Amino acid sequence: MLTLKSISKTFNPHTVNEKKALDRFSLHLDPGEFVTVIGSNGAGKSTVMNAVAGVFLVDAGQILLDGEDITFMKDYRRARQIGRLFQDPLSGTAPSMTIEENLSLAYLRTAEHVSPFGLSAKDRAYLRERLAALGLGLEDRLSTRVGLLSGGQRQALTLLMATLIPPKVLLLDEHTAALDPATAEKVLALTRRIVAENHITCMMITHNMRSSLEMGTRTIMMDAGRIILDITGEERRRMTVPGLLERFRAAAERELDNDRMMLD
Amino acid sequence: MSAVLLRGAAEQGLIYSLVALALYLSYRTLNIADLTVDGSFTLGAAAGAMLTSLGHPVLGLFAAAAAGVLAGMVTALLQTELKVQPILAGIITMTALYSINLRVMGNRSNLPLLRVETVYTLFAAALPETLRPWGKFLLSLLITAAVSASLFFFLRTRLGLSVRATGDNRTMVSASSINPAFTTTVGLALANAMVALSGGMLAQYQMFSEITLGTGMVVIGLASLIIGEVIADLFVRSPGVGSAILGAILGAVVYRIIIAMALSASVSTSDLKLVSALIVTAAISFPAVRDRYRLFRLRKEARRDADA
Repeated sequence: MLTLKSISKTFNPHTVNEKKALDRFSLHLDPGEFVTVIGSNGAGKSTVMNAVAGVFLVDAGQILLDGEDITFMKDYRRARQIGRLFQDPLSGTAPSMTIEENLSLAYLRTAEHVSPFGLSAKDRAYLRERLAALGLGLEDRLSTRVGLLSGGQRQALTLLMATLIPPKVLLLDEHTAALDPATAEKVLALTRRIVAENHITCMMITHNMRSSLEMGTRTIMMDAGRIILDITGEERRRMTVPGLLERFRAAAERELDNDRMMLD
Repeated sequence: MSAVLLRGAAEQGLIYSLVALALYLSYRTLNIADLTVDGSFTLGAAAGAMLTSLGHPVLGLFAAAAAGVLAGMVTALLQTELKVQPILAGIITMTALYSINLRVMGNRSNLPLLRVETVYTLFAAALPETLRPWGKFLLSLLITAAVSASLFFFLRTRLGLSVRATGDNRTMVSASSINPAFTTTVGLALANAMVALSGGMLAQYQMFSEITLGTGMVVIGLASLIIGEVIADLFVRSPGVGSAILGAILGAVVYRIIIAMALSASVSTSDLKLVSALIVTAAISFPAVRDRYRLFRLRKEARRDADA
């Protein structure tokens, strides 16, 4: 579904701040695969996602989405097929617009069959139903401005908006890191359910070692712009958090350091 | 203040309310302080007056709006493709428009409309005798109502929602497959179309156009918009697009009434722009001043409690 062929990206080239963020990085995701990504600070985790989403163009390499070469495609064009959630729960929704308006925006942009002139009663009923499935009671607050919702509610809404029409790939960049533990757990459960129900190919960066093993079907560990560990199937089922740390030490020849990393 | 004076203020308020609506779209919705307005207002007046003097008053209004679309697109292009800062982009277009406006008026700085039909004279002629004094009011109301209804429905469409989201959260916009350059262009083009239409109407209303008509129009539009927001705030619990649009129209009318009162209190015409600048400053700084006053009272009380 998603193939990254030997992509490289260097920030601030030819300056003292030169930073090689990705170094001939390759990755292939099969349809429906759910990969969790862990790694130290500055390992290039977010850079991979930004490269896929088209925030910048890569210096070298090729990006294929469902067989189509998207290496030079503009970010907003890629967004038709790629859903994205950021760490900041405020970044995925428009605060001064209502819940209904935010949802309409997500729905109207992707649903080709819908009239550009706004929602029909049938569309509205469908959106209510999808909101109700989040289990947060938001379906009764359609005309509430999104700016009044909590971070967790906004992130759940963003998740719904990104998957309202299932994208080919869903990118989650530590999307629960800014939430309190209970809310984070709730949003993770929602993520798991929505991704499974719609068989979405998904890539999730996480700072939580435990959920990196519990969620999804495959785990990769990054360091210095490369993949240093890629486990799936039986090997992953038997893996433990101390085991992961041990593997990092062996591959990177130093301790894993990440200010946000949660080891339990 | 006499009833005639009040009606005159209402007529002008309705005409200028299109500028307030335009600023609602560019300043409030897109979050861009678009200074093109000063130039595009005159552009609309010039285009409208020129065609009216040639005997096409209705066409004049359409031409004014179309010219406004072009002006807005130039500013948008400067911002999105050439990466000129938004405020500077507006100033550049405004400056360029000064020369263009002179040309549109046939290399003159003013263009009186003497003994020609305007949309207002045409409309009044179609009215029964008793309604004729209300002709200007009714026609202005009609046009403003049509424009604001269109704006209201536009902001609910897919494109309209995208324009609103562009000003609200730019990160979200490109992550939701919306091209912010496109929505910015649409927003600025529509906003300046409304501004220029307002200019075209004003030229026909007052039967002349001149090169300085648009000077300070941004500030006047902002004053109207903010007065409208304060009024809407008093009556509506959760302000939406509808109340904002009605508020902007009401604000523009109230602003004209304030100006009419200032004039009848023998403030000279040349001081009017100073008055509008003061109104805008007062309205915008109101929350900051209020908070400072509250803090002052709080500290005073705290000091008294400490003494006691």
